[in-house]
Amino acid sequence: MTEAVDRTSPEKLLTPVLSAFWDEDESWTLDVYRAHGGYRGLAKALAMPPDDVIAYVKESGLRGRGGAGFPTGMKWQFIPQGDDKPHYLVVNADESEPGTCKDIPLLLANPHSLVEGIVIACHAIRSNHAFIYLRGEVVPVLRRLHAAVAEAYAAGYLGKGALGDGGDLDITVHAGAGAYICGEETALLDSLEGRRGQPRLRPPFPAVAGLYACPTVVNNVESIASVPAIMDRGKEWFRSMGSEKSPGFTLYSLSGHVARPGQYEAPLGITLRELLQLGGGCGRGTGSSSGRRAGPRPPCSPRSTSTSPSTTRASWAPGRCWAPRRSSASTKRRAWCGP
Amino acid sequence: MSAHETARGDVQLGIPPMPAPDYPPEVRTRLETDAAEVISRYPDSRSALLPLLHLVQSEEGHVTRTGMQFCADVLGLTTAEVTAVATFYSMYRRRPSGDYQVGVCTNTLCAVMGGDAIFGALREHLGVGNGETTADGKVTLEHIECNAACDFAPVLMVNWEFFDNQTIESAKRLVDDLRAGNEVIPTRGAPLCDFKQTARVLAGFPDQRPGSVEAGGSAGPASLVGLKLAKGERGPETVVSPRHPEVPHEEPVTTHASRHDAPQPSSASDPHHPAGPVTEGDES
Repeated sequence: MTEAVDRTSPEKLLTPVLSAFWDEDESWTLDVYRAHGGYRGLAKALAMPPDDVIAYVKESGLRGRGGAGFPTGMKWQFIPQGDDKPHYLVVNADESEPGTCKDIPLLLANPHSLVEGIVIACHAIRSNHAFIYLRGEVVPVLRRLHAAVAEAYAAGYLGKGALGDGGDLDITVHAGAGAYICGEETALLDSLEGRRGQPRLRPPFPAVAGLYACPTVVNNVESIASVPAIMDRGKEWFRSMGSEKSPGFTLYSLSGHVARPGQYEAPLGITLRELLQLGGGCGRGTGSSSGRRAGPRPPCSPRSTSTSPSTTRASWAPGRCWAPRRSSASTKRRAWCGP
Repeated sequence: MSAHETARGDVQLGIPPMPAPDYPPEVRTRLETDAAEVISRYPDSRSALLPLLHLVQSEEGHVTRTGMQFCADVLGLTTAEVTAVATFYSMYRRRPSGDYQVGVCTNTLCAVMGGDAIFGALREHLGVGNGETTADGKVTLEHIECNAACDFAPVLMVNWEFFDNQTIESAKRLVDDLRAGNEVIPTRGAPLCDFKQTARVLAGFPDQRPGSVEAGGSAGPASLVGLKLAKGERGPETVVSPRHPEVPHEEPVTTHASRHDAPQPSSASDPHHPAGPVTEGDES
């Protein structure tokens, strides 16, 4: 345990943005969201030309929060413009990786951050139809999404002329039917087209031939939900958190034998040790022997490596896998180990 | 072999069955109206197949051959194409099942926290195996994969509503209450409705029951621990089960339900060997 960690209080380590008002009554409603600055970022984005919005998100350094960490602005930039084909935005809300449990509470408590992010993203990529592919097994979240989208239609954020000169915008909330593989983006697209959710060969990539063979952006829930705050509070504010290559904040999920399992919204670059200390430690105060991050190829981290910062690109630990003994401190799927 | 066993086998030998009977005209008319609304949400009608399979499941409680024929008719697909999709996804039931689908998460985090033990106890308690239904037709038990609630482990889902931080005792009481018709309250989510009504919400028809969106509050306790710390609040040492406030952390680790996770020697428990535990042979 380093002294620096001891001196650093949770108030300084944590940066609740998306989760800032989850403890309020009816936090999922439009009124509460607007009381906390909701839909201000949208007004700024709609006043900008679409290409400027893409550039702004790119300069903010936002990386995909679904696990691969691909720069979100760059993904949007790949959409060919002036091709006379419809463009689609598909939000991947098929969260099902063991240990990853941040999109579901986010959508339960704050669905409007996603809806606002979708409107901004659709303005940027010139799309008039977005889909939220939510896994089917979370009916309470589906109810909140139905309610949030209906509220946004009633308030004029969606529907006829929602994008100003860009035209109308519709959001379809689509419930999956139970298939882990549909978290993979091309399998998700096949599933959304009404087929068995089986991954496609690439190329062509979804940016060129995605949903209905049209240019499609597939983004994680948290990636899109982070955009409104960036537009509202500025890319400099966003870059003031996290590291040079992986700026910003993100939701970390701690679970297993930690004293306080749950969601911790913190800047990227926080160390596993700091997180575990926030979580009250493992194994009822005996300290952790190893941690394990969630994801497709999670390395398990022995104590000695738990001070390396977490980023979207670098692994948290060297590639050697240690079997967890007492604790399984899983954070969201984030970095992959090694090449 | 009884009809029940044949249905469970999923393999049909012999003469192919006759075409599925149609829905009664009034049912078909009603479903066609719903189907048209679902189809209108998508640029391409085939995208409506998954919601339509949820819709026919909301009619009969499982996806029947009649239901698949209906989907094929309204979407202009073959029954083979519809069957291929219906058999791919785990939420479509292919035989009559209970009013309450009780899913016990046995994936990594829940298993470590006791999900395997809960599943085993429920199997014994109900006298049914995975995917089987109790004789009274109330409860279908199955093990499920990670449901994105690891910080609330171990988790049970009843008709896809969250029952967080369960124990063997709370799970047994839950299924007993379901079978007895007593009201049970999910820890997060709306008051339980039966499986058919849940399937209708999944088909994209918002839950019309008053209070169903509000139920369960903004966020569960585990979702708020980081926020509370950031605000300078110091909560309880651990997030406790709402059903069993006394259980979690006073219980010694050695009696934890998942024995394979019982304490092992570690560098923390053996400070003289910080590189890791040593065996007796190494000590010499």
